[in-house]
Amino acid sequence: MMPESGWRQGRAATRKDDTMPSAHETIDTEVKNNDVVLFMKGTPQFPMCGFSGQCVQILDYLGVPYKGVNVLDDAELRQGIKEYTNWPTIPQLYVKGEFVGGCDIIREMFQSGELATHFTGAGVPVKQTANG
Amino acid sequence: MTVKDRIVATLTRELRPEALEVLDESHQHAGHMGSRPSGESHFRVRVTAEAFAGRSRVDRHRAINALLADELRPDGIHALAIEAWAPGEAGR
Repeated sequence: MMPESGWRQGRAATRKDDTMPSAHETIDTEVKNNDVVLFMKGTPQFPMCGFSGQCVQILDYLGVPYKGVNVLDDAELRQGIKEYTNWPTIPQLYVKGEFVGGCDIIREMFQSGELATHFTGAGVPVKQTANG
Repeated sequence: MTVKDRIVATLTRELRPEALEVLDESHQHAGHMGSRPSGESHFRVRVTAEAFAGRSRVDRHRAINALLADELRPDGIHALAIEAWAPGEAGR
């Protein structure tokens, strides 16, 4: 969907070392090896964008263990996650290898209680729900 | 033509929405990451359209993102908040 069709070429041109995993491989590894992954700007401790910060607050509130991946650390990762998910914005939440949504969807699902249900349905323990 | 005008025109043409509201919220993010001197960085779309009936949230957002791909280029707008409903759905 994004107009830049050639990110693989762009990656090849900027790769420092052929043994480095591609952004696609890095993302694949993260979402398959971690039950809950939030691709975000900044870190859970120091979000660098309000939308990423909102998602961190929601995940922290629910008390689910998750891994935050800072896309600002790596330009290839920042572009690669958009193409991997076919989703043009960040943050992006993955649960059990499956894309759940961006900030708006996460917030809507949290408020309606669906997010907690989604986690428990996926076998991820939740400490509390939106309604306490 | 402002970015907001283009978003309204595109979504009106492609979705024939029952209701459409496009808000330029750039002023709320002035000085934050992604804000631009020209303004026009942060937008919110509230849209109700028959096309969304029976489709998941992710599908609805992907449809809107695809229609607005030109605006979402890396040098385009910084943020697009989306609230997408089918006619008759609660939540608005």
